[in-house]
Amino acid sequence: MKDRNGAAARCGQSGVPRPRRQRHFSFSNLAYWITIVFLFLPLLALFFYSFNRSKGGSWDGFSTIWYEKLIFESPSLWQAFSNSLIIALGSATLATILGGLAAVGTSRYRFAGRAAVRGLAYLPMILPEIVVGVSLLVFFAGIHFRLGMWTILIAHVTFNIPFVYLLVDARLEEFDTSVIEAAHDLGANEMQTLLRVILPMALPGIASGFLAAVTLSLEDFVITFFVSGAGSTTLPLYIYSAIRFGVSPVINALSAVMVMGTILLVYPLRNFLKTFAARA
Amino acid sequence: MRQRNYGPLYAAPQTAWLLLFFAAPLSIIVAYSFMQKDLYGGAKAVFSLEAYKSLANPAILKVAFRTLWVSLAATAVTLLLALPCGYSIARSRNQPMRLFLIIVPFWTNFLVRCYAWISILGNEGFLNDFLRWIGLTKEPVQFLYNQWAVILVLVYMYLPYAILPLFSTIDKFDFTLLEAARDLGASKFRAIKLVLMPNIRSGIITAVLFTFIPIFGAYAVPLLVGGKDSYMLGNIIADQVTKTKNWPLAASISVTVTLITAIAAMVYLASEKRAEAAAEKEAASIDNSENAGGSL
Repeated sequence: MKDRNGAAARCGQSGVPRPRRQRHFSFSNLAYWITIVFLFLPLLALFFYSFNRSKGGSWDGFSTIWYEKLIFESPSLWQAFSNSLIIALGSATLATILGGLAAVGTSRYRFAGRAAVRGLAYLPMILPEIVVGVSLLVFFAGIHFRLGMWTILIAHVTFNIPFVYLLVDARLEEFDTSVIEAAHDLGANEMQTLLRVILPMALPGIASGFLAAVTLSLEDFVITFFVSGAGSTTLPLYIYSAIRFGVSPVINALSAVMVMGTILLVYPLRNFLKTFAARA
Repeated sequence: MRQRNYGPLYAAPQTAWLLLFFAAPLSIIVAYSFMQKDLYGGAKAVFSLEAYKSLANPAILKVAFRTLWVSLAATAVTLLLALPCGYSIARSRNQPMRLFLIIVPFWTNFLVRCYAWISILGNEGFLNDFLRWIGLTKEPVQFLYNQWAVILVLVYMYLPYAILPLFSTIDKFDFTLLEAARDLGASKFRAIKLVLMPNIRSGIITAVLFTFIPIFGAYAVPLLVGGKDSYMLGNIIADQVTKTKNWPLAASISVTVTLITAIAAMVYLASEKRAEAAAEKEAASIDNSENAGGSL
């Protein structure tokens, strides 16, 4: 509704009625809706099966038994979930501090090695996950570091840094650096400038960097798979072993809950998705 | 007012972290790739090109070509679907809603999406259930654990990676140019080919690389929905590290995959630069002459 008014207002402004942007039928719209069906069909199937009474494939009547089992009888799943949450928040916080500071440094100052710092910050993003995972595994084995929560945390900070750096850097590029000079001229020291001027201005970039890091960390399977040890199962690792070693419909229920969670998370953000798409 | 250069100080923690936990592990991999295989697994510190020579092993070459074929096929299908999709979202009146529908599956957990396909294509899955129900088959059909399942699921996983950059470049395109081409007598197809396509080139390249690079290093999808005949290079690396313990071989394959990825990324950066330069040139030519007719 809001959108349509906006479009009408824009048309009105220019005086000339703009041609209708969308026709009733077009090849591209058909392709779009086919893609949407393709993207959602598997998720709907999961949702449907999560209410199946029987353990096997065939439909055997409606039941919420798997949701009850998910909530009350899956302690190891909840342990994995809490591990995932700890790693996600911990690694996102550390990556945001490291990446944010580096972005401030490289966007405000020119110094020898600046290009190298930037290059190094982008590299982990380009490298295939399997290579990052395997190299960390070999590294930890070489220095006899026991695999577990700490190694997962280190790995997640490492792959999160580029995204935080990129997002904060993009934000800092947008605004006028003369404000910072003004702060300095008015007698603010470096600490005051950082906390009172740069931090508030960079906040949107920092927030989106942090959120991207949390999401990436919760999502990661491949790298975590290589650097995890006994007793450090994360949620993706738990789902993986459930898929490999005997599927339980509890995973259906869990998946349905996670899809609903994603929808609830993304829907309020729908008006920002365009900027997100531009940066992806 | 003289001001200290705090740049290196700000950048130091991140750089130290990445040197220790990214550059050092990667260097170890490169070093291992030039070492000899140890009898009991791991690597012996003796220089050897054995690991690179064994890349020519027919078994590994076969997987390398399969990886290339699967990546190219999945990237092509993804692009063919993503182009009209991106166009449709860009042209839509309700862009936020259309983006929302693309992003929900995209942000759903990777393994959940894999699992969803397993529960559709599996022997006891939705599709077999349906085929039995309508009486077309009696015995379950094996849809999973082959190359086609791998390509299908890879397309599913990486489709949004292609749609989003395509959407954002098409969205910036000035559609009056397309109308002008139509007014001047071009057919719709010709107008799209000659006017739209060259202008969204950077988006197409981004989309191709965002799908090709991760698919080329794919590990989890072939592991979960592929069989022995659909192993990819990523799976061989993992097997050599965790099962066979031939670290030099795993390292040499990793180095090769990394180099191919790096070349792809450099091609991308070069084309970005060229696109930027072209855009600047175009902007300059518009500034210079009021009637910039030749900017296309």
